Amino acid sequence: MIHSLSLRYSGIRLAQSLLVLALFALPLSLAKAEVRVEEVTSPGGITAWLVRDRTVPVTAIEFEFTDAGAAHDPVGKEGLASMAAALIDEGAGDLDSQAFQGTLSDKSMTIRFSASVNGFSGSFYSLNRYRDEAVGLLHLALTEPRFDDEPVERIRSQFLSSLRSKETDPGTIAGKAMREAVFGSHPYGRPSGGTKDGIAAVTAADMRAFIRTALAKDKLHIGVVGDIDPTELGLLLDTVFGDLPEKGLGDPVTEFTPPPPAGTIVVEEDIPQSTILFAQRGLKLDDPDYYAGMILNHILGGGSFSSELMKEVRVKRGLAYSVYSYQHPMKHAALLRGGGQTQNATVGETLTVMRDVVRHLSEGTINAETVDNAKTYITGSFPLRFTNSSSIASQLVSMQVYDFGIDYLDVRNGRVDKVSVNQVNALAKRLLDPDGLLFVVVGAPTGVDATLPVPPGLE
Amino acid sequence: MRYFGILAFFTASLAVTPAFADVFGAKQTVLDNGLEVIVVENHRAPVVTQMIWYKAGAMDKQPGKSGIAHFLEHLMFKGTETLAPGEFSATVQRNGGRDNAFTSQDTTVYHQSVASDRLDLIMRMEADRMRNLVLSKEVFEPEKLVILEERASRTDSSPGALLGEQTSAGLYLNHPYRLPIIGWRHEIEALTIDDALAFYRQYYAPNNAILIVAGDVTADDVFALAKTHFGPIAPSDLPDRPHFTEPPQLGEKVYAYRDPRVRESSLSLRKLAPSYGEGDRDQVYALQVLMNILGSGNTSRLFRALVIEQRIALTAGGWYSPNARGPAEVGIWARPTPDKSLDDLKAAVREEVRKVIEDGVSEDEVSRAITRLQDAAATAMDSLAGPARAIGRARISGLTLPEIEAWPDRIGEVTAEQVNEAAKAVLGAPGGVEARLLPSERPTTGGEDKS
Repeated sequence: MIHSLSLRYSGIRLAQSLLVLALFALPLSLAKAEVRVEEVTSPGGITAWLVRDRTVPVTAIEFEFTDAGAAHDPVGKEGLASMAAALIDEGAGDLDSQAFQGTLSDKSMTIRFSASVNGFSGSFYSLNRYRDEAVGLLHLALTEPRFDDEPVERIRSQFLSSLRSKETDPGTIAGKAMREAVFGSHPYGRPSGGTKDGIAAVTAADMRAFIRTALAKDKLHIGVVGDIDPTELGLLLDTVFGDLPEKGLGDPVTEFTPPPPAGTIVVEEDIPQSTILFAQRGLKLDDPDYYAGMILNHILGGGSFSSELMKEVRVKRGLAYSVYSYQHPMKHAALLRGGGQTQNATVGETLTVMRDVVRHLSEGTINAETVDNAKTYITGSFPLRFTNSSSIASQLVSMQVYDFGIDYLDVRNGRVDKVSVNQVNALAKRLLDPDGLLFVVVGAPTGVDATLPVPPGLE
Repeated sequence: MRYFGILAFFTASLAVTPAFADVFGAKQTVLDNGLEVIVVENHRAPVVTQMIWYKAGAMDKQPGKSGIAHFLEHLMFKGTETLAPGEFSATVQRNGGRDNAFTSQDTTVYHQSVASDRLDLIMRMEADRMRNLVLSKEVFEPEKLVILEERASRTDSSPGALLGEQTSAGLYLNHPYRLPIIGWRHEIEALTIDDALAFYRQYYAPNNAILIVAGDVTADDVFALAKTHFGPIAPSDLPDRPHFTEPPQLGEKVYAYRDPRVRESSLSLRKLAPSYGEGDRDQVYALQVLMNILGSGNTSRLFRALVIEQRIALTAGGWYSPNARGPAEVGIWARPTPDKSLDDLKAAVREEVRKVIEDGVSEDEVSRAITRLQDAAATAMDSLAGPARAIGRARISGLTLPEIEAWPDRIGEVTAEQVNEAAKAVLGAPGGVEARLLPSERPTTGGEDKS
């Protein structure tokens, strides 16, 4: 692969691949982008948010069932939602796996599912000339998935292989240590892709039961973008989702409020470069300081080259290629997180610089110009998110899942602009906790004192 | 089938890239100083992407200076006579935009996405740093450490990347593609400011660049802006560059790399192939169809045979990208099921390749692959930067803009006979490399490879 490219920075983007994080990166006004969101209700009573767009002759549908993710997997079946997501498009109705996938491939249709911590998501993308057939396949997948032995065992083997591969990956190890140290036995302490034992235990019957009970209309949020009118969409919605049960499962996950433990965990691995993660308490999406938090995170480590972490760790000292922070709001918890990688010999120095950056900001030292620059970036870059059908549709789903309102795209930038420098500094003082940071280091670092034990399962 | 899906998409997108032809409707002009300007109008959102593609990449370095093109890419953000270090990116961000850059073997590319009414600003800054770069020791030395950290993250921390780097050095006997884009660690450590400036002065010139702008703009406005900002820059005398011809390859090399960080074995086979830049052009189109049939997605021949029918592999596929100034490559990868060895897997892969070479593909397979490739092109405009990237890669490789625009038609002309000839000529040729990634200790569960 000779054209594997070398990018100037990319680590920052990795963290943003989660839906929730993408949401955080999006929040800007759409008034400028002239995106009109319509609410469409089908004859059968199913609601979707629609953006009509004739740029390309396609229809993109993104949807999510809430309370149907990894956090809801039964104990002993960790990975059930992810397995079901990988298998629901591997044969349905009269079509076995190869017949189903062959049609998708030959007609360039995308039907794909995934499970996150809280939700079960689907993506649909089709040229309009194949749309009717694609819609039929989507309906079939949601209502009559086959879970034949061949694909079930194939996907199980792939999952297990992938989990084994990641056992030595520093980022995976660090993430696991962080999750377990912060959340312990709470469901958020589990890996969203499951565990080896859980994956081994999931049966076809488990997946059938999951699909029948968790994928229900009252948990469903739909975003649609493309060359489709509301009447056509109404019929499509009833065709695809009309047969689903009315009511899904409850949400047994409890609120988790304790802050991460302060200190440093070191997981010893014989590798040349250490991976560092940090976390402290964060803001949930409904926090009144949500918009101030967005600006604060941009200044701390969310804004690529202009962020304080980037300037102090990378630009001035050359300690790291990638260094970043991001907000990680979940339904029942919230963290402010960050990280980077540096050679083992400079881990001690890097941790000190990171902590000093957090401390400096926590003293209310942010000036008006910095806040203004953050605002113009956050508001001005908003339309960049609206250049692709599927990403717009995902945004529409997030707006519904997090109850942001259908006018969110119009009001968003105004809310960002309204935040004052005093609010940002007040939040920095209240929220940032340099002495309460939890650091996880994976590698063979020097100059670091481990003050917290390695969580069980990682020793 | 999540992770395979990602690989399949990657391969498919490589194969399809220049295809998005008919839909681009791109317009082109050349300034008096030689700068080529291409515009793709897309009025979906009030934003624009600007990319400048320099026809100078990792392969254009002086001997012993591997990594200099990529190093210079980092340094291009360190200021000019009128911009302080970091001010380029800070200005883009302050205006609500994003910017970044990348380096490949063939090209170095700088790009920004921003509200379309800020195009004037970013074009002025991009033109400025084509000629007015200023470098000091104060920015150079920390940036070298950053690049060494980057190498540690991307390559040294990844057994697969380490093996890939070693294997590339074996795949090319003569061509500078054999050296890593980011550079060997010991050569990065020895690079100097003068090395960076020499590369900059040699290659950063209007007559060695393509400016591509995509988004909510009109071609005439962009051409006028380009004339204003880039027009005054005098062209350079470009050096004659050597043409590297690969000698015949007589035998196949096997690289086996064992690393304690590897838990799951994998196998890949790579061979040289014609590209848009050199070799038989007809074969290039036929190969895109061939590799789509053989290795794209989980209904491809390889996946069906190895994963579904024989259950010898967890995943399998192939890749081919025709975008290269020099030789391209075709490849096949697969991971064995836990109870199978890499030797078993390799034999099964060989058998599928033998079938394609000896028995050929059917008319039906070809017509379905052509439809898939053309359909993918039909959605090319569902992206702001995608069209600019696709055009840039293909132009740098030597396709003309009309050839790029005609890609779906050209693919549509491919016949089963041409596909079968390409299979014989490329997959059937001697040479190439085999790469085996292995755990450093043999697992107790199954017959690991015996080589």
